[in-house]
Amino acid sequence: MAIVTLNGLKKIYPNGFQAVHDANLTIHDGEFIVLVGPSGCGKSTLLRMVAGLEAISEGELSIGDRIVNDVEPAERDIAMVFQNYALYPHMSVYNNMAYGLKNRKMDKATIKQAVDKAAKMLNLEEYLQRRPSQLSGGQRQRVAMGRAIVREPSLFLFDEPLSNLDAKLRNQMRIEIRRLQRSLGTTSIYVTHDQVEAMTMADRIVVLNNGDIEQIGTPDDIYNKPASTFVASFMGAPPMNMLPGTVSGNGTLELDGLGAVSTMKGVNHIGAVSVGVRPEKIKLSNGSNQASDTSLSFAHDFTEELGAARLVHGRWGMRLSSLICLKTCVCPTAIYTSRSSRRCCTYSTLKPACG
Amino acid sequence: MAIADTQSVTATSQTVIGAREAAKRPKKRIKWEPIIDHTVLIFGSLLMLFPVVLTFMTSSYDKLAFSKTGLQFGWSDKFLENYNRAMFEPGGFTGTIDGMTMLTNSMILGLGFAIGKIIISMLAAYAIVYFRFRFATFSFWVVFTTLLLPLEVRILPSYEVVQSFGLANTYTGLIVPLIASATGTFFFRQFFRSVPEEMVEAARMDGAGPVKFFIDILVPISKTMIAAIFIIMFVFGWNQYLWPTLITTEEGMFTLVRGIKQIIQAFTDSNVVPEFTVGLALTIITMLPPVIIVVIFQSWFVKGLVESDK
Repeated sequence: MAIVTLNGLKKIYPNGFQAVHDANLTIHDGEFIVLVGPSGCGKSTLLRMVAGLEAISEGELSIGDRIVNDVEPAERDIAMVFQNYALYPHMSVYNNMAYGLKNRKMDKATIKQAVDKAAKMLNLEEYLQRRPSQLSGGQRQRVAMGRAIVREPSLFLFDEPLSNLDAKLRNQMRIEIRRLQRSLGTTSIYVTHDQVEAMTMADRIVVLNNGDIEQIGTPDDIYNKPASTFVASFMGAPPMNMLPGTVSGNGTLELDGLGAVSTMKGVNHIGAVSVGVRPEKIKLSNGSNQASDTSLSFAHDFTEELGAARLVHGRWGMRLSSLICLKTCVCPTAIYTSRSSRRCCTYSTLKPACG
Repeated sequence: MAIADTQSVTATSQTVIGAREAAKRPKKRIKWEPIIDHTVLIFGSLLMLFPVVLTFMTSSYDKLAFSKTGLQFGWSDKFLENYNRAMFEPGGFTGTIDGMTMLTNSMILGLGFAIGKIIISMLAAYAIVYFRFRFATFSFWVVFTTLLLPLEVRILPSYEVVQSFGLANTYTGLIVPLIASATGTFFFRQFFRSVPEEMVEAARMDGAGPVKFFIDILVPISKTMIAAIFIIMFVFGWNQYLWPTLITTEEGMFTLVRGIKQIIQAFTDSNVVPEFTVGLALTIITMLPPVIIVVIFQSWFVKGLVESDK
């Protein structure tokens, strides 16, 4: 239960490679923060700096009201769950969970109480005397969680804890972790490359790319108001469509090769842009009550059936050669300048091109 | 001799495993492959076991029978007497040393060497793998090159050093120079490098310092590895001949392996009929401890070299 502040954190390796550039982030008490990004984006490095497993090259890290740059991991009042669980193979589940407490010179009765409480919370009571090798992947994951929660730290760190589990178990553990975190009210930082985990679990998401923080925001913000083309294309499955276009002086948006689409309000950039359109924002136009300039013909290629939804793949602007032609209208989610890939529209005034 | 015997033990165990696997397969037609395999294995085992069996049988005969007709097939009534004399009858040049003293000395050498080696090489490997210090890789390779310099190569300087420290005819002088080689360090280094990084990090989070991590986590997960190295090193130490011959001149410090020769020599030098059958009994006694150790630790040994409990 602590406020965590990252103030200009940088990680520069001895060979000159800069893994994290200037990370600034304030994590509120009890907040669940997810760091997400492609592999090599620096998210794990950032987490390990918070954990104290990597030295901080520059900047200031504080947990609670202490600056902990030079504090040993064990003294930072944090607990970490690792991707491969890192359980001690020769110890029973009980001892795995108790080891950290023993090292803190707690008395036996207190340790037993803490471990029993954690075991009950995680449904591990009947496995306490087993070795990690006798447990399934999900149970091991729970032991790793148990090892973290017995210490009642002020900050949880999760380093891709679910990536070794199968898809079904992952969904289940995702919910379990979130529920546990909420009931304990412990501030948490969670690293993942899985955007579904990020979207479903986070209070706030931090999207990283090449060592830079691209955007910090709630899942809703990240999905609906992505700050850059990177965030826009990284988050969401299927990914957002990115179409090249131009905004002219009077605010008309013209998609390259497709013609003028609409008059846009709230775009503060004139010139080449990328127009981001979430797939679900493309609607069939019935042609009667829509302004004709927003409708584009859509050549159907193939359809993926998902049960609850269908993903339709195809191309805009190819009229003649295709079998099925649909009239669609486009509602841009966001517009980005071509040069900097940064957003150049304000959402409140970005008028949807169709209703 | 003892080495040959340990090999035969491993070979027979392979036969057993092979037979079990063969039994699982559906019996549709005769498979020649396992038959050929087993023939080769059985033949090899017999070839290696034969001299041992012959020695064992002959050791139950009277010395006169040996002198008349050589090695014996069969069984005679002098078994207990021969072994009793081999163990407890004072012999040797000074007539003060019996089999028991030599067995004790051999045990001290074998255990001291194996345990000392494991402790030192584990600590060295721990330092090399887990601590970032200047010239870590360099010092590892320096240690590693000592593999090219076994005791036999540096035996004169080693003798000179040990002798000048006044350690001739002491257990320290017997054991320490043998410990100084890189095999164990190398094995443990490779093993420690395969322990996942997260284990160290988890331990750091749990507040375990370097010493605690080593004792609480690294040593227990290296158990099978330790057992494997213990067997190899014990047998190696037990079978040492050249170095004990050089550094121990008092008969009270003799080990079994070198004592056999000395005792048989004493027997043949005298004018009576040589006590070869007692000598053979002593040979069998010499072979036993390594065999027992290998048999007991065999499953651990295979586990330690093949898989790891991480």
